[in-house]
Amino acid sequence: MLNYTFHWNQALKALPQMLEGALVTLQIAVLSMVIGLICATLLVLCRRSGNIFLTSFATVWVEVARNTPALFQIYMAHFGLGNFGIHLSPYTALLAGITFNNAGYLAENFRGALKAIPDTQPRAARSLGLTSLQAFRYIMVPQMLRVAFLPMTNQMVWAILMTSLGVTVGMNMDLAGVTQELNARSFRTFEFFAFAAVIFYLLTKSVTLGARAMAARLFRY
Amino acid sequence: MFETALTFNDLLFLAKGAGMTLAVTAVSVAAGTVMGVVFGVIRAQFGPYWSAPLTFLLDIFRSVPLLIQLVLANAFQAIAKFGWDPFTTSCVVLSLYTAAYCTEIVRGGIDAVPVTTRRAARSLGLTWGQDMRCIVAPLATRVSLPAWIGLTLGVMKDSALVLWLGLTELLKSSQILVTRLQEPLFILLICGAIYFLISFPIARFGGYLERRWSPDD
Repeated sequence: MLNYTFHWNQALKALPQMLEGALVTLQIAVLSMVIGLICATLLVLCRRSGNIFLTSFATVWVEVARNTPALFQIYMAHFGLGNFGIHLSPYTALLAGITFNNAGYLAENFRGALKAIPDTQPRAARSLGLTSLQAFRYIMVPQMLRVAFLPMTNQMVWAILMTSLGVTVGMNMDLAGVTQELNARSFRTFEFFAFAAVIFYLLTKSVTLGARAMAARLFRY
Repeated sequence: MFETALTFNDLLFLAKGAGMTLAVTAVSVAAGTVMGVVFGVIRAQFGPYWSAPLTFLLDIFRSVPLLIQLVLANAFQAIAKFGWDPFTTSCVVLSLYTAAYCTEIVRGGIDAVPVTTRRAARSLGLTWGQDMRCIVAPLATRVSLPAWIGLTLGVMKDSALVLWLGLTELLKSSQILVTRLQEPLFILLICGAIYFLISFPIARFGGYLERRWSPDD
């Protein structure tokens, strides 16, 4: 059945290149996570603002991000924006797509986490003389982060996995893109992608374990 | 005024793509759920040590990007000369992917059933199978169903990736139309609207169930 000679050496030789790609992957994931966190916080604030325009803007963002495929969102950033004369490079399109997706999911996580905080707490903070923003910043956010930390870790893992979608819009610097380029040169598909899979596995595992260690330190009380 | 070269036939083409998306999703979710329930029961029953190999194996499917899983599976079936068409390969990969997530959901559901309830059932003379079927299954379903609906929607969205294997599903068919008609924004918007229309009502239903069945009210 397996009348096929594996050429692992070729993949091994390309390993440094793939590790460089992994760095780009990690960079995109971290950037999208950081920008996504900022956007998500703004979206949560928009949703709580009571202004109908801001609320509906945030709701549309969250629902579109959660109810369409991530690949579609990346396509939209890469091909769709061209209609407005905005031509994003694959890197920017990938980053924009993942950030949009992250922000939507994170905003929903934050909303759930905020719901877990009793209503009396912000009111108590306000009556102690804190402004609305101060109450959000000092009372709500620390408690929210505790509940939302695990979903945030999951989202980080998702962000790493989603970077592999960049290859469909011509991205050739990240791990999946580099692998695909190597594959196109030699057609050793299985060997190259098996290596990529192992690298992805190690990346996501180290993120999960690192987050667990961080949570143990951060949320001791 | 707005003009488009999109004809009724093109819309039919998109609908066909949506049908393919739904077909892949239906097959994968059905097969994945069956596997997930079996694996979930095994994991809950044998405890973390004995089911560690299974846990590790399923964890791989959750830690490697689906796109790479698809490419690897496609290369492997070519090497092993299975002669699968892209549809079969996609369904196999997506089923295993679904099973990996479903196992977690099922295990969580079973773990949510109080041990005392199950012991009471056993001491009333129910066999393990009866306990599983009549006591655990209804209670665990209540906990797991919202998450399972979320998983189904996730698989539906992730099934867009099978376009890499050359399967013409919704996103691929819209991409073909974009190439032909050169109206990327409009066609992609239609494509997104179709995804949204499939996904949103079910997501809302899942959210409703979650609220309705949440244990504290």
